[in-house]
Amino acid sequence: MDIEEINQIIDRHHGEASALIQVMLEIQSKNHWLPGKALERVAEKLNVPMTRIRNISTFYKAFSLVPKGRHEINVCMGTACHVRGAPRILETIQEETGIKAGETDSDLKFSLETVNCLGCCALGPVVEIDGKAHGKLSSADVPNLLKSYE
Amino acid sequence: MSDIHMQIDGKEVIAKKGDTLLEAAKRADISIPTLCYHEKLKPYGACRLCLVEAEKNGRTKLVVSCVYQAEKNLKVRTRSKKIDKIRKTLLELLLARAPDAPIIQDMAREYGAEKDRFQQQASFCVHCGLCVRYCAEVKKKNAIGFIDRGIRKEISFIPEIAARECESCKECFPLCPTSYLQAAYVLVKGLTFLPEPPDPQVDLLDQGMEQGNEKK
Ligand code: SF4
Repeated sequence: MDIEEINQIIDRHHGEASALIQVMLEIQSKNHWLPGKALERVAEKLNVPMTRIRNISTFYKAFSLVPKGRHEINVCMGTACHVRGAPRILETIQEETGIKAGETDSDLKFSLETVNCLGCCALGPVVEIDGKAHGKLSSADVPNLLKSYE
Repeated sequence: MSDIHMQIDGKEVIAKKGDTLLEAAKRADISIPTLCYHEKLKPYGACRLCLVEAEKNGRTKLVVSCVYQAEKNLKVRTRSKKIDKIRKTLLELLLARAPDAPIIQDMAREYGAEKDRFQQQASFCVHCGLCVRYCAEVKKKNAIGFIDRGIRKEISFIPEIAARECESCKECFPLCPTSYLQAAYVLVKGLTFLPEPPDPQVDLLDQGMEQGNEKK
């Protein structure tokens, strides 16, 4: 992500300090993580102290200060998904991608997380990739599902 | 007109508009224990030790005196069985985090707080925010801030700013009730501050050798 894009995001919010979280969210969703240089730029342009930005970026789980993959996989481990085989799905995803929950692969393709309930238990076991829910999965479906992501 | 007549511990006290109960009590020479309060800083209300009973129209409620503003005809009690019990518990919780902090130990003695009531999980930082707020409000440098949340919340220096400002300042150091701030500073200094640029006159290799010799 280049500095121009960051400037554009900041300009869209008229450089207002109150838009800090929105600006950070936009950078996060475009870039999948918040690089230090980008945050320095935001601090300077919005005129907010770096302490504030670091406070916010470590407070909310939506932000990441380390590189994340292009595709974010959330495996639901809630009770309903759990009894319907979520652990096996997670295991298959870990085998296919070579990363464990909480990690990102070295090509920055996938980041893997577990979540505690996505709120659609009837679809269990559910895996959410880039915000799209894939329900009623079996571990046999996993390889093809992952292949459909570039 | 703007004088507010009220009572603190049975004493008639005249407070000014906008005064907090703590300030009004101070002026009347009534002491209320505090930990996160500092007269140069905005009220924060983090430690809750300054809680008092405030009675209005026959109803009593517990309020935090460092943020609650003086009101006409308010009757304030700064000590009671209930208050002492809450302060004791608060101090016991603080002791689990910072067992060796003198300020907390002194208050613990006063309120009979037991050191081992809660399992010790020494984190030393008690989140009073004094260093963070002092640097932001008084020094306006923002060299230190909080990161993370809940039980993982901690203070953290911004190395770039700290390297520039702190060595010649250190004004927030004495404010820390537990000395954790000093430890955090030593750590950030050791881990992130770059060594001072070498004197261009002195050959780097020579310097290294001299230092090596000194140690012997
Ligand atoms: S020592 Fe550093 S952190 Fe503390 S008030 Fe001074 S500049 Fe701020």
